[in-house]
Amino acid sequence: MDLSDGPEDAEFRARLREWLARTLPTLPPKPSPDDWPGRRAYDLGWQRTLYEAGYADVHWEASPGVRLIFLEETEKAGAPYVGAGFVGLLHAGPTIAAEGTAEQRARWLPPVLRGEEVWCQGFSEPGAGSDLAALRTRAWRDGDEYVVSGSKIWTSHAEVADWCELLVRTDPEAPKHRGITWLAMPMDAPGVTVRPLRTLAGSTEFAEVFLDEVRVPVANRVGAENDGWRVTMVTLSFERGTAFVGEVVACRRVLGELAARAHRDGRWDDPALRRRLGRLNAEFRALWRLTQWNVSEAEAARGGVPGVGGSVFKLRYSQARQELYDTAAEVLGDTALDLAHPWVQGRLSSLSYTIAAGTSQIQRDIVAERILGLPKGR
Amino acid sequence: MRFRPTDDQRALRDGVRGLLARRFDREALRAAVDRPGHLDRALWRELGAAGFFALRLPEADGGVGLGLPEAVLAFEEAGRVLLPGPLLATHLAAGRVPGAAEGETVVAAVDGGLVEWLDRADVVRGDADGAVPLDCVDPLTPLHSVPARGAADPVAVLLTAAEQLGTATRACELAVQHARAREQFGRPIGAFQAVKHLCAELLVRVETARAAVYAAAVTADPADIAAARLLADEAAVRGARDCLQVHGGMGFTWEADVHLLLKRAWVRTRRAGGGTEGEELLARDLLSGTDRQRDCLR
Repeated sequence: MDLSDGPEDAEFRARLREWLARTLPTLPPKPSPDDWPGRRAYDLGWQRTLYEAGYADVHWEASPGVRLIFLEETEKAGAPYVGAGFVGLLHAGPTIAAEGTAEQRARWLPPVLRGEEVWCQGFSEPGAGSDLAALRTRAWRDGDEYVVSGSKIWTSHAEVADWCELLVRTDPEAPKHRGITWLAMPMDAPGVTVRPLRTLAGSTEFAEVFLDEVRVPVANRVGAENDGWRVTMVTLSFERGTAFVGEVVACRRVLGELAARAHRDGRWDDPALRRRLGRLNAEFRALWRLTQWNVSEAEAARGGVPGVGGSVFKLRYSQARQELYDTAAEVLGDTALDLAHPWVQGRLSSLSYTIAAGTSQIQRDIVAERILGLPKGR
Repeated sequence: MRFRPTDDQRALRDGVRGLLARRFDREALRAAVDRPGHLDRALWRELGAAGFFALRLPEADGGVGLGLPEAVLAFEEAGRVLLPGPLLATHLAAGRVPGAAEGETVVAAVDGGLVEWLDRADVVRGDADGAVPLDCVDPLTPLHSVPARGAADPVAVLLTAAEQLGTATRACELAVQHARAREQFGRPIGAFQAVKHLCAELLVRVETARAAVYAAAVTADPADIAAARLLADEAAVRGARDCLQVHGGMGFTWEADVHLLLKRAWVRTRRAGGGTEGEELLARDLLSGTDRQRDCLR
């Protein structure tokens, strides 16, 4: 058991730190959260900066250990988050890299790495959430094109995306997992309508996407027709791996700030609050170690694709994050009702963590069935 | 970063597991329950010969010369089978009390406000004056309470966490075994989400505690150790409780092993360094400056 960097990792970390210290002061100011074109430009600009420095493909080419160092150091240095680049870099890109043809990889991957194109994800539907394979958006073959009709929901960055990784039903007669196809749909195609959805935090972080006889070239299909479910699974396991590394680092920073504020305000004399903060310290220390453990397992598995250990992590982390911000509200007192405080925004957004990217209930099914080997069933 | 146990560490763990499977199987566990307060001296010497007590003692002093990670793996195995006896006190006495390392001398020690196995020990460390016997809830741990309270030794806190981790792991295994085998409404009860999710949460607590315990063994940082202990205590106690629930009526019987897991886990939570003590240490740690906190991330 060893938690230290090997010589190559240590060198990577040192070079990255030095580059971040030099580069971050030169970045433009962050756009406001509601300025979507501004956010797109800012996020793509950061990806371009990474590309020019040789860090663009760290999510794809580097070992899990190096990816962990990258995410840890960029978060600690206060570097921009992947933002609008998320789906391209962490969902669609890896899928195309693993399952696409040489032409498809050449067409779609370089613009993602260079920070030129934004992808969004068209998976969930109003009638297909946890039961994603029940999706009903239809695609018919018409010559060299698919004609797609239906609707998608919870699509982040839809307003500013160039491409959508889209799951459609191409065989309604087949068992539900076997009639699905993966398509790359241009967002400017006729028949695509984007309607922003307002979250309970008041922001428009995602959208509904309506598709009315949208024509998508057959050449945009990744993998075989009706093999889209398998193609997609490659993508989902990426999200459940190292996706939260930066967030754990950030949560630990917030926790330190919480303690400092409670100390300043005299709330530190409350033993119940102190104990709660102490327990959260234990929790986030453990979550950091669990991340390191999962990365270490992924390295040993050689494939580099994080496994179901990510579900264990997500279950614990999503709950811990909510407890962190509930404790923040306790520290804030009446200010916990003031949206102007960033912790209040944090508390609101934490509510999505036990739902997004697989609800806690679905994650428990995954843990019980795939790790513990309990029989399938609801 | 190679966080997983090395081949040597896995071999050591398998060796301890093998020894305990031979010498302390389920039959031996139930026999021990029927003879409360009896300590198997022959097994104690075998543990000594296998290096269980001398594990961290330098080779120059006749020890095995290994470190905390190896000790954690060994204590986890002991916790997994609920091996009785003052394992921790004897391990910590190796090199300090003659015969402890070899398993010839059985050593008890004051930990928190309690002493386990006081009457059976050859040597008692700490101030055990005024010790009063308790009718211990755990049939496998004779217990005295003492007026004196010593400060928590971080190594003892960590190895207690390792034992709790082993017990939590066992609770998860037993719950899953039962959920697979027991049928109601024509199906294994593990097919029902209500039961399935209890089992999933058992595993989540075990794996989170495991990462914390192993990491604390590597860093030996007092805050990491306190965190490991809190999570391992929680994994063991809540794990045993959920395991009991999964077992239904059988879980409430003397005959099932579940109560032995829970009771031992309860006993260990009272050792120094857990509960409020650990939480207060970790709260203070949050105020101790961001620089140090950053270093602890490593």
